[in-house]
Amino acid sequence: MSYVLIIGAKSDIAKSTAREYAKNGYDIYLAARNSAELKDYANDLSVRTEQNIKLLELDILDYKNHQKFYDDLDEKPLGVITAVGYLGEQKDAALDFKESQKIIDTNYTGVVSILNIIANDFETRKSGFIVGISSVAGDRGRKSNYIYGSAKAALSTYLSGLRNRLYESSVHVMTVKPGFVATAMTEGMDLPEKLTAQPEEVASDIYNAQQKNVNILYTKWMWKWVMLIIKHIPEFIFKKMSI
Amino acid sequence: MSLLSWGLYPQVANKVFNFKTTTELNSIVSDNDELIPYGNGRSYGDSALSKNIINVKPHDYFINFDDKDGLLHVQAGVLLSEVLESFVPKGWFLKVTPGTKLITVGGAIASDVHGKNHHVEGCFSECVKEFDIMLADGNIVTCSKTKKPELFKSTCGGQGLTGIILSAKIYLKKINSQYITQTTIKTKNLKETFKAFEEYKDLPYSVAWIDCLAKGEQLGKCLLMVGDFKDDGDLNYKNKTGLSIPFTFPSFALNNLSVKVFNWLYYGKVKVGVSKQKVDINTFFYPLDAIGHWNRIYGKNGFTQYQFILPKEHSFEGLHQILTAISDSGKGSFLAVLKLYGKANENYLSFPIEGYSLALDFKIEKGLFELLDQLDEIVVKYNGRIYLTKDVRVSKETFEKGYPHIETFRKFREDNKMSNKFQSLQSKRVGI
Repeated sequence: MSYVLIIGAKSDIAKSTAREYAKNGYDIYLAARNSAELKDYANDLSVRTEQNIKLLELDILDYKNHQKFYDDLDEKPLGVITAVGYLGEQKDAALDFKESQKIIDTNYTGVVSILNIIANDFETRKSGFIVGISSVAGDRGRKSNYIYGSAKAALSTYLSGLRNRLYESSVHVMTVKPGFVATAMTEGMDLPEKLTAQPEEVASDIYNAQQKNVNILYTKWMWKWVMLIIKHIPEFIFKKMSI
Repeated sequence: MSLLSWGLYPQVANKVFNFKTTTELNSIVSDNDELIPYGNGRSYGDSALSKNIINVKPHDYFINFDDKDGLLHVQAGVLLSEVLESFVPKGWFLKVTPGTKLITVGGAIASDVHGKNHHVEGCFSECVKEFDIMLADGNIVTCSKTKKPELFKSTCGGQGLTGIILSAKIYLKKINSQYITQTTIKTKNLKETFKAFEEYKDLPYSVAWIDCLAKGEQLGKCLLMVGDFKDDGDLNYKNKTGLSIPFTFPSFALNNLSVKVFNWLYYGKVKVGVSKQKVDINTFFYPLDAIGHWNRIYGKNGFTQYQFILPKEHSFEGLHQILTAISDSGKGSFLAVLKLYGKANENYLSFPIEGYSLALDFKIEKGLFELLDQLDEIVVKYNGRIYLTKDVRVSKETFEKGYPHIETFRKFREDNKMSNKFQSLQSKRVGI
């Protein structure tokens, strides 16, 4: 058996990604809070693929239980994919630190907590892969979502460091930076069609890139170039813009 | 963002409703009229377009598979391609499949689709054991040929006008190869084409590509492709993703000349007489799925597919007249697909009847609808009918003449308070 651990398994990107890995012959651990809600989804995966699918309870903000969560896995995973994401409300976050903290802790602190534990195990085993789903929002701070963006920026930096550290142990770390994705998180937003990916496209990009040990994956691919431009707009102009 | 149909015509504003639970769906249904369920948007015309659209495709869970009798239970938004991806490697195939695998199971029921084996296996409804559907009153009922037969006969082929199909149990068929032994017969004219269909009708799969621009003695020349699954145990199937048309072509890209060249190349590459090939599932059943968004080649004004069927006894005469009219008009069509169908089923609006059907693509342009009206007259004259799943323009009169069960269907809708609740642009036009 060969398990891939999907953390934040309720997100649409996670669900599509789990399908992609199950289709390609991996067994799947689906970890999320109130994971019982994923029962029908897990059943779908096992009818589709006949792989082993297990639901696991994990609260990304319950740091103190992360070690036990990982220790309790009978079979350690071949790889891990974190799809934890909380966009939150920028306006609320600016007024209420609690909301800011929730955004930061969900997108960054919690992921660091669990990945530290897994990274140590993979390093000892000298095998495994780690895929962290960050965001293009982390590439430059914008007024519309800079709390979320800065948490994702921190995550991207963390993953970069982790990649550097684990290189010698043959553990590959991939940073995924999705642009717009048509998911529950973005429902109701008016997204430009050409720049918006379906979760299935993101999932297949992730799978293919991970198999090839890509370091940083932008999906859709054109976001690499969009962000290159955005990153190079001089600050004295950027600060006046609304994008 | 408004949804479009596969023909990219008409482009009309609509409101899209998503639902997560059946309770949410229930309130959408009770709060709104003019609703129509929408699957993967592969109906060509306006059968799945309305003021209010219910997006069913996200409901795509597999629920159960019983490998004793090949019974698959899925939610309505599952694509046929997903069924193939999971089950061809285990030696199962769809009993009935249309020429694209990119449709939902719910859509397959609502259109009561048929395929190359219609003369043997009939329509999609033949493989449907039962389905769950939310009706106009918000209740969910389970329906089969024997349990609520009227609802079954109205829903299969009923274009989504009886409710929202939520899940279905369908029978798959056993196969022992992902390959098909295909025989291609190149004919010289319509007479030979008909003769060839009859000669090969014992084979389970058959379809012909006709060169619509051929005139005179060559009128009706075709490539007839017939075949059956091999038995070599090779089930190593994968869904192919190939080329995709990245943007909508300018409308002038497709003209009479380019179609002539295409048809000439396509027809010309096959040697005269009978030849045999070994082809895979995708090549045999789904040649166009290999090109993503192929609907964009017809330009931004969109296109339509004109598909009609004529009773067998009038097929030759009728087809001869229609092909002559098309050829005279000079309006091109890449694909004209001819097929001999088996007996009609009992569903009120299912398209197939015993006879020959022809399907042609036309880009939407000036003069097209006049030509199609002219073709309609020939279809009506020979007691034929038009396929609603492809249609975007047929008149109420032409439609009604083709479907003798229409009053039963209308009455069923009225009796069950579906008439205002579920409507499409098409249902309003043809008055169902």
